[in-house]
Amino acid sequence: MNIFVIMKRTFDTEEKVVIENGSIDEEDVEFIINPYDEYALEEAIVLRDKHDGTVTVVTVGEEEAEKELRTALAMGVDQAVLLDIEELEGEVDHYSVSEVLAAYFIDKEIDIILGGNVAVDDGSGQVAPRVAEKLGINQVTTITKIEVEDRDVKIEREVEGDVEYVEASLPLVVTCQQGLNEPRYPSLPGIMKAKKKPLETIDVDELDLDEKKIEAKTNTLDRFLPPEKQAGKVLQGETKDQVRELVGLLRNESKVI
Amino acid sequence: MSSTIEIAVKGAGFLVDDARPDQIFTPEDFTEEHKMIAKTTEDFVVGEVVPEVEKIENHQFDISRRLLEKAGDLGLLGADVSEKYGGLGLDKISSTLITEKFSRAGAFSLSHGAHVGIGTLPIVFFGNETQKKNYLPGLATGEKVAAYALTEPSSGSDALSAKTTAVLNDEGTHYVLNGEKQWITNSAFADIFVVYAKINGKQFSAFIIEREYEGVSTGPEEKKMGIKGSSTRTLILDDVKVPKENLLGEAGRGHVIAFNILNVGRYKLGVGCIGASKRAIQLSAAYANERKQFGTPISQFTSIQEKLGTMVSETYAAESAIYRTGGLFEEKLGKLTEEEQEDGSKVASSIAEYAVECSLNKFAASETLDFVADEAVQIHGGYGFMSEYEVETIYRDSRINRIFEGTNEINRLLVPGTIMRKAVKGELPLLSKAEKLQEELMAMIPEEPGEAPLDQEKYLLKNMKKVLLMVSGNGAQKYGEGLEREQELLINTADIISDIYSMESAILRTEKAIQANGADKEERKLRLTQIFCQEAVNRLEANARESLIHMEEGDTLRTMLSMLRKLTRHTPVNVVALKREAAAVVLKEERFVV
Repeated sequence: MNIFVIMKRTFDTEEKVVIENGSIDEEDVEFIINPYDEYALEEAIVLRDKHDGTVTVVTVGEEEAEKELRTALAMGVDQAVLLDIEELEGEVDHYSVSEVLAAYFIDKEIDIILGGNVAVDDGSGQVAPRVAEKLGINQVTTITKIEVEDRDVKIEREVEGDVEYVEASLPLVVTCQQGLNEPRYPSLPGIMKAKKKPLETIDVDELDLDEKKIEAKTNTLDRFLPPEKQAGKVLQGETKDQVRELVGLLRNESKVI
Repeated sequence: MSSTIEIAVKGAGFLVDDARPDQIFTPEDFTEEHKMIAKTTEDFVVGEVVPEVEKIENHQFDISRRLLEKAGDLGLLGADVSEKYGGLGLDKISSTLITEKFSRAGAFSLSHGAHVGIGTLPIVFFGNETQKKNYLPGLATGEKVAAYALTEPSSGSDALSAKTTAVLNDEGTHYVLNGEKQWITNSAFADIFVVYAKINGKQFSAFIIEREYEGVSTGPEEKKMGIKGSSTRTLILDDVKVPKENLLGEAGRGHVIAFNILNVGRYKLGVGCIGASKRAIQLSAAYANERKQFGTPISQFTSIQEKLGTMVSETYAAESAIYRTGGLFEEKLGKLTEEEQEDGSKVASSIAEYAVECSLNKFAASETLDFVADEAVQIHGGYGFMSEYEVETIYRDSRINRIFEGTNEINRLLVPGTIMRKAVKGELPLLSKAEKLQEELMAMIPEEPGEAPLDQEKYLLKNMKKVLLMVSGNGAQKYGEGLEREQELLINTADIISDIYSMESAILRTEKAIQANGADKEERKLRLTQIFCQEAVNRLEANARESLIHMEEGDTLRTMLSMLRKLTRHTPVNVVALKREAAAVVLKEERFVV
């Protein structure tokens, strides 16, 4: 099986987000593999161990992303590819990233591409579906179980608290949801082996892409943190009055209804 | 030239020579692999061990066993075991990082540490081929768990006075062991014990004993002040027949094993203390930001900032000293050929080379943690006294570190003792240095240090080394052999040496970082170094003064005190202001960052 995982590096979930001059301060920040992408990596390794083949992890980013690629290799992935966009001018958004990925995939033999359900930083959940559309491959998102037999794929996916059973066939793009598996820790022998595994860097201009056409479709106007949490309010009096007050507050103060 | 370099990186060489930044290892030198190993360890501890901590504290040792096996699956037990015997044969920095990151596991870190350290290392370093083949693969995977049995009810610090005996049976096939070992970590569930006993009541020797052997039993669990989740019992040996092939090392040479394993144990204990100190700082900073009194987060109060500033600067210096020692070990042990690594005496002498540094790391880091844990509780106020808060456990767990692996007093006494022996053997040109200094001091005019970053700290460090020579040289002259009985003096001397080692390690680390990234980028490190050096010099001066007052009187004393004043004369830095700045960083990041 030719298995691919598309991966993103994100802030460590323990990090505090600091905004300075309208952009997010990355100094001293620890980065990790997007936790949902870890489910994808784990499942890819399990599929490979069951059906043979190779797992290739692909990311779009800059040199720093090699660290997370190495971690993926240490988990047990066979090879890694960094699509380096350092040279790229202009804004980059989910559209741009999926165009770069699709350009890389266009001449590859693909059985399955796995990605995370969303990235924990911006939570768009767009990249994998866009890649699937661009490549003309079927896609199933938020999967919690997958079984492959020959070309047939049986999938369970989470739908509003219920489970949907889907049958599909390879080639396929899936995005992975919590509950699919327990990602392994990179073992120490894995870490030592990762040093010797192939990690290829492809500059974006080596791909068949019109740089103008992959410029961001979105425009970021401002970035700001959510308002600081205010002290809570305890309503008092008869239950009936409390309910009335609560509804009033929800309607007039927080404006959620 | 070449001999200069050698002395600087020799054991205790820092006292007679100045190392260069490129000669020391610092945490900034970690490789990608080091960082990944640290991350795996941390993720394993946080993900697998921390959720079980309460059960472990309640002595559910089946969990400890299972977790050790899981750690083994990840390779976290095999760092110091060579690949030939089923381990990974990693460098010493990797195994140091594993130890540091395990400290978050609280008492379970003792189970891990005793297993991979004092339990496994005697066989790694001193086992013969058969013993290594028999025992190491199981220990590296966690299938088997090891323990170490040295202490007895009547022999603690005086370990060589052990009463446990070993007598070769008439057939000459087995040693028969009898005795009682006390406070044995992992004893509830260990499969293999490294036990010290005297052959025929005379030759102090080490043996590998399996739990399965008839006559091996353990007493009830001890009730302890801290590290409650580690198993601590008595090991009882009642006519235990141990195959004579299980004698570890040579008969009558058990002390070589015991002392060298203690050296490594002391170093690793220091490492664990660094990890725990960082955790306590992290918890304290987060709590201080969260907790409001008088309508404001208590982190806004400068008295809280003062605490955090000191906690961070002390931890920075201790961490610098620890990883410097780790680098020295790696240089020495990592460069042994495979053949030499098989040779216990070569390994022993490599470890023994840095016995002084190990002792310094042990008592300095354990006292850093004690201080940091104490202040962490204080910052938490009444909540810090409550068991739901992690700092309460850190505080209780911290206390034992000053006692085991040789009390801090024993370790302090070892430092000047070992250095004197090295000097007398000609390994360190300490005596000639001391003689030269006497003339120099008479004519000395205090200099003004330069203005560049670290100039003042380097100047003070140079002079503190002279203070040490003055005090210890005077002590040696005055008391000769009788110096041994002047324990207060020896302990003061050890404190002076420790502050010198920590100062120098912090200075060199900061200097190395500045050389790489420029002073602007490294202002945090510079600040912490300034704070630490200032406070170390204050302590050091007090120690030197007290020692001189004890040794001399009248005009001689007055002359010596005036020399001390000359050597310590400087314009102090404003530590109050520096600590506020240092606290601001830790409060912003809510963790130990430098």
